[in-house]
Amino acid sequence: MRVLMFGWEFPPHISGGLGTACYGLTKGLSKVEDLDIVFVVPKAYGDEDQSKMQLVGANGVTINQVQTHVEKFKSKHTYLEVDSQLVPYNDPDEYYTFSSRDVYGKNKFFKVDKEGKLEFSGKYGANLIEEIYKYAYVASTISMDHDHDVIHAHDWLCYPAGIAAKEVSGKPLVIHVHATDFDRSGGSVNPKVFEIEKMGMDAADKIIAVSNLTRNIVIEKYGQDPDKVVTVYNAVEPVSFEEKQAIKKGVKEKVVTFLGRITMQKGPEYFVEAAYQVLKRTSNVRFVMAGSGDMLEKMVTRAAQLGIADKFHFTGFLKGDDVFNMLKMSDVYVMPSVSEPFGISPLEAMQSNVPTIISKQSGVSEILTHAIKVDYWDIDAMADAIYGIIRYDSLSNEFKEKGKEEVDSLKWANAALNVYDVYNSTIESFVEQTNQN
Amino acid sequence: MKSICLYFQVHQPLRLRRYRFFDIGNNHYYYDDYTNESIMRKISDECYLPANKILLDLLLENKGKFKVAFSITGIAIDQFEQYAPEVLDSFKELAKTGDVEFLAETYSHSLASLKNKDEFVSQVQEHSDRIEALFGVRPTTFRNTELVYSDGIGEMVSEMGYKGILTEGAKHILGWKSPNYLYCNAINPKLKVLLRNYKLSDDIAFRFSAEGWKEWPLTTTKFVEWLNDQDEKEDVVNIFMDYETFGEHQKKESGIFEFLENLPKEVILKSNYQFATPTELAANYQPIAQAHVPNPISWADEERDLSAWLGNNLQDEAFNKLYELRDDVLALKDERLLKDWRYLQASDHFYYMCTKFFSDGDVHSYFNPYDSPYDAFINYMNVLSDFQLRIKEMRNVLADKSDLMEAELAEKDALIEKYRKELDDLKAQFEKAE
Repeated sequence: MRVLMFGWEFPPHISGGLGTACYGLTKGLSKVEDLDIVFVVPKAYGDEDQSKMQLVGANGVTINQVQTHVEKFKSKHTYLEVDSQLVPYNDPDEYYTFSSRDVYGKNKFFKVDKEGKLEFSGKYGANLIEEIYKYAYVASTISMDHDHDVIHAHDWLCYPAGIAAKEVSGKPLVIHVHATDFDRSGGSVNPKVFEIEKMGMDAADKIIAVSNLTRNIVIEKYGQDPDKVVTVYNAVEPVSFEEKQAIKKGVKEKVVTFLGRITMQKGPEYFVEAAYQVLKRTSNVRFVMAGSGDMLEKMVTRAAQLGIADKFHFTGFLKGDDVFNMLKMSDVYVMPSVSEPFGISPLEAMQSNVPTIISKQSGVSEILTHAIKVDYWDIDAMADAIYGIIRYDSLSNEFKEKGKEEVDSLKWANAALNVYDVYNSTIESFVEQTNQN
Repeated sequence: MKSICLYFQVHQPLRLRRYRFFDIGNNHYYYDDYTNESIMRKISDECYLPANKILLDLLLENKGKFKVAFSITGIAIDQFEQYAPEVLDSFKELAKTGDVEFLAETYSHSLASLKNKDEFVSQVQEHSDRIEALFGVRPTTFRNTELVYSDGIGEMVSEMGYKGILTEGAKHILGWKSPNYLYCNAINPKLKVLLRNYKLSDDIAFRFSAEGWKEWPLTTTKFVEWLNDQDEKEDVVNIFMDYETFGEHQKKESGIFEFLENLPKEVILKSNYQFATPTELAANYQPIAQAHVPNPISWADEERDLSAWLGNNLQDEAFNKLYELRDDVLALKDERLLKDWRYLQASDHFYYMCTKFFSDGDVHSYFNPYDSPYDAFINYMNVLSDFQLRIKEMRNVLADKSDLMEAELAEKDALIEKYRKELDDLKAQFEKAE
């Protein structure tokens, strides 16, 4: 079976869970015999791990007759503009420059370099919508060049690409919902993003959701047939942390960590308020908010206002080993997400023996038992949980031990098998349908 | 005869390095040596050294007729010593002429006057000691960090024995009154208050090279005309500015050095002004009125208040957390700890946290090492957290030490008791035998 997969990010060039999940899943899929994957991302840098599959950068594809085609394509998929703060998530490094810039220049044509190749930035930012449609356009070319039996598109950014490929090759389309705009926006959905999402789901032959939480949203908010939507939980890459050399923990206090984008979706403000509650009861603790995002400044100000800034630290965006170092130093990991389709990061924390507190509004809470679950808005419960773990070693040890066991049993290989089943059933019913017609 | 008083402020912030959360507890060094050294070298070459040379020539040439005043922060002196000792030497040369006055201020360019009187007094003394050791004369006039002044601050300063104080001729304080007179402190009239003529001062300091300004180019002839245009009855004109005006804020190409070179001659020959130092002004003129300044003022920004350093959540949190540590720092009597604590008090750190300049951060972004006020705050608080840890550790060590000493003493007490008993026994035996 040959799979044409459209993604948006790939390690080491990732800015969030989407890239991590794509990588883990394809790695798992590569263990399934009888599967060939062509993974397409905009802008292949060349230093990605290519042992597992063939990686085709959309910018490595030569495009002919760009101008006329683009015109045609645009009229087909309608021309889109998006207000800046509503894009899925911005590259943390680029956030500041990004927020002040115009979203979409009124260029009539895409920029093409000398060899007729489209230039992709490969990063989330101002011209995201333009990127998506360039990507979709290139997708149709790629689908002609690479034979395949099924198309698999990750998240809304790639839906147009998946649709375009399907139109050219006529093969069945599976879309993978890692998040919806209802999660990202907290309810006030951007109609243009919604439209793309709905379009993708309608065109899909099968929809994979990363949790029942997300599955319900897909069914209820996007009006999809429940039979079409399957839940496949994410997993986590096993990493042997012992191999790496951690830096020394310089502080004696317990460290409670928030690690993620500092945006409304992730609920950073509840973490700050809970920290304040805990600090009222004990001074033997420090809080760390690692990451960056549009709510960072607000959080800094709030910490200063509460007078806890000497116990509440900000690290900015962490990369590579720093994430590992941060987890190694942590005694509690908190993910207070307001709406989290899945949430891989708590699994990574548990892997490195960190007791974890997650919000009930996360997909990962559906499969974890050895983590404390609280409502994201329940600051008191969150503070209680933090206090309990840092005060009572027995509790913390229990979570460490059992949590590690639990997480180690979550394997991408299993998730991949589930996805493989989805491919099979999709192709089957697709063949049936074509025969009927 | 009227007097004109030239006073220059010399200061370079000691910038903190990028101090990350991971450094807390692991690394106790806070300063960005590379940036500090390269900026100090650059400004020494472009400003301090050439300007000092010009002033020295002028002072020798117009012996007794040309006078200037300086204040140099302790932080700047420390950095001169480390990175540009020849600048200190050139200041010493200036001091030798006898026509240069060095003013007192806080050692670390701090805002201690707003927070803690004892701390303020001790920093001012530390600075005056340093100036006396360097230039051989103990300062008699005071200028506070950023010319921060209020009636209360004036009272503290006069208690310390200083004769005069410099501050801003802020419009909202003076109202219809003119800065071109000598004033006195509202609580203790013995302390003379010199007010900066911000119009004439900023004509040089800010507008000199502004080509859009209708008076551009500013020549010494024009400037002296303006001096002569001042009201007949007014006594003094106080021109206070950053020394970095010469060659740094106003580049060499703007002709600022030529302006400086020609100004004394022009004033001496073509006006009825004489040059005077702040202390001479305080001694020779009668104050015309009290200056009523119930709330602190400064020379910064349009508002001339404290909002550049204090007032937003970030600044207040950092400022309060810093000064909470004072008792612990003093009790530990550790030289390096005290030094770091004083360096952390520099007003620059709080200046970088100012959020009111998001739109036109012109002045605040000058050599500002941070991307945003939040960035500045995060970095500063990380440093402060490490500093708190050091205090805690040192206190633990001290406590351990005293525990050890107690144990040792108890041991010795037991020994003494034992010997005494033996002695008594022996005595008793001896008596029995007798």
